Amino acid sequence: MNIHEFQAKQLFTDYKIAIPRGKLALTIKEVLEIAEELIGDGWVIKAQVHAGGRGKVGGVKVAKSLKEVAEISENLLGQRLVTNQTGHVGLPINSILIESLYPIKRELYLSILMDRSIERVIFIASVAGGMDIEAVAHKTPEQIISVSIHPAAGLQGYQCRIVAYNLGLKGPQIKALTQIMQGMYDLFIEKDATQIEINPLIETDTGELIALDAKINFDDNAVSLHPEILAMKDSSQEDDKENYAQKFGLNYITLEGNIGCMVNGAGLAMATMDLIKLKGGLPANFLDVGGGTNVEKVCEAFKLILSDKSVKAVLVNIFGGIVQCDVIAAGILAAIEQIHVNVPVVVRLEGTNVEEGRALLTNTGLNIYPADDLTHAAEQAVALAEAV
Amino acid sequence: MSILINKDTKLICQGFTGKQGTFHSEQTIAYGTKLVAGVTPERGGSIHLGLPVFNTVDEAVKTTGATASVIYVPPFYAADAILEAVNAGIKLIVCITEGIPVLQLLRVKAAMEGTGALLIGPNCPGVITPGECKIGIMPGKIHLPGSIGIVSRSGTLTYESVHQTTQQGLGQSTCVGIGGDPIHGMNFIDVLSRFQADDNTKGIVMVGEIGGVEEEDAADYIKAHVTKPVVSYIAGQTAPAGKRMGHAGAIVTGGKGTAKGKIAALKAAGIEVCSSPSDIGVAMKACF
Repeated sequence: MNIHEFQAKQLFTDYKIAIPRGKLALTIKEVLEIAEELIGDGWVIKAQVHAGGRGKVGGVKVAKSLKEVAEISENLLGQRLVTNQTGHVGLPINSILIESLYPIKRELYLSILMDRSIERVIFIASVAGGMDIEAVAHKTPEQIISVSIHPAAGLQGYQCRIVAYNLGLKGPQIKALTQIMQGMYDLFIEKDATQIEINPLIETDTGELIALDAKINFDDNAVSLHPEILAMKDSSQEDDKENYAQKFGLNYITLEGNIGCMVNGAGLAMATMDLIKLKGGLPANFLDVGGGTNVEKVCEAFKLILSDKSVKAVLVNIFGGIVQCDVIAAGILAAIEQIHVNVPVVVRLEGTNVEEGRALLTNTGLNIYPADDLTHAAEQAVALAEAV
Repeated sequence: MSILINKDTKLICQGFTGKQGTFHSEQTIAYGTKLVAGVTPERGGSIHLGLPVFNTVDEAVKTTGATASVIYVPPFYAADAILEAVNAGIKLIVCITEGIPVLQLLRVKAAMEGTGALLIGPNCPGVITPGECKIGIMPGKIHLPGSIGIVSRSGTLTYESVHQTTQQGLGQSTCVGIGGDPIHGMNFIDVLSRFQADDNTKGIVMVGEIGGVEEEDAADYIKAHVTKPVVSYIAGQTAPAGKRMGHAGAIVTGGKGTAKGKIAALKAAGIEVCSSPSDIGVAMKACF
């Protein structure tokens, strides 16, 4: 689960990580009130959306006068921001964060995340802050510092000192960085985060360390343990169909093709998408209906798929293990009749009671194409989608 | 011969009297697995599905001599259940549960270091040696005792591989679903090394997916240590970056864990990679 920058910064305050002076505004009136409170050398106006890459597309701007503050804010509030991480529709800007402008001496990078390959929580730091850290790691790996933390020991002082000295910090800054790292570690562990990133962590001209930006992701498997985090969820930043799917225990992800997919199992769902591509088509979605599927789920799945108007054909691919194919076939028939499916539906069933299942789907007078194997099913779906 | 389990494996079930535990235990018993007891706190002393129920794993192990356990408890109780099994001396722990917080798994794995216990899963279908012992939620009927070892991060793609190797008449020695979570128990290499050492396994199917670097590590391992034919398939070539594709572990982040990278690593190691999941059985058959 993602949260907004302003929410991440509230959490930073709770964990004693220094952030810039600033406030959230929902209207231009609020923007101006906040800007007057924060009078100084200038302001930073930051669009609050759940995506990175904001700076490159005008979502983060510096204003030098109140007039500029108003102009920039008017151009952002209520608009959609399209970044390299949002897809072409972009995300709505419902609020903006107004902060004081700070004199920056250096921009550093600091993050904490789960490293699945070594099964440890690690810190990553770099003197090359304010940039894309993956590019830094690729081009200048010597500029990346990393320490891993044993869960039984927790974060140790020496690990913070290693990071601090490697970042060129000294004197009271060592203690300041230690406090920031301890705050990040505690927040990470206590709230089940999967990543906390400060990019950049700035060193001001007076040597202070401040988290200029803040990004936190949480473990979807754990958010229900943390109602205060769950309360930060902003559905406006998520895909409507993906939100709807969650309510029915379906795993749905919108893609940009025209062949709708309904599959049981995440791996098989990915494999089905890949096969459609291999046969020259493009999948419209990822959809895993789960193991113990039933008529209601199949109906909801069809509704979801068909709510995407670009869908020209549907490919159903079910490997009936515990669930029997004839039960699935009956569910598909019920769904097609109940919700008036008007695009061709290619169905590939395999597994338990497959003959009975296929028999149910043959000669129905409906727009159903039973397929006897997966490759054939994908080819048929691609051909049908093209024919429309 | 087989790996990890055989007809003599004595199994207990944690979360035995729950809905999932009951349903899958019935199937497990029907398959012929030596399921000897169940564990549900506060239900000790009762009988369920004709088997004794114990309050603790410790008691169940001491009474029955079980060496394996299958876990069907809800996600927030699973870490506790795994460690209870480890504590009781269970050697093979199969955790089916999906949705365990990753930090809990990280602590469980750290606590298991040096205990000698093996964990399969979580978020997996389990492990089966066809005709002998089924531990987990896989449909028993599609399996055929035979010579192919199957290891996979995905449940339904394991079933696909099983079905196709059955259709080709090859059958399976043992099938292991290692699970779809970013942090999990046995990995590809742990299973591959056992297949290599097992006389009855003549060929290996390895099914991977996007996320992490386990397939890349496995490619290096196979090149150096595996002499048996290996057929592989990687799911997720069309998955968009930064999106979790159903499995908690199936996500491409920071350009890492792509299907393209994994396929390239496997091919560079001389391993056959099927472009379609329908080709797995035929490709395996062609090796003999």
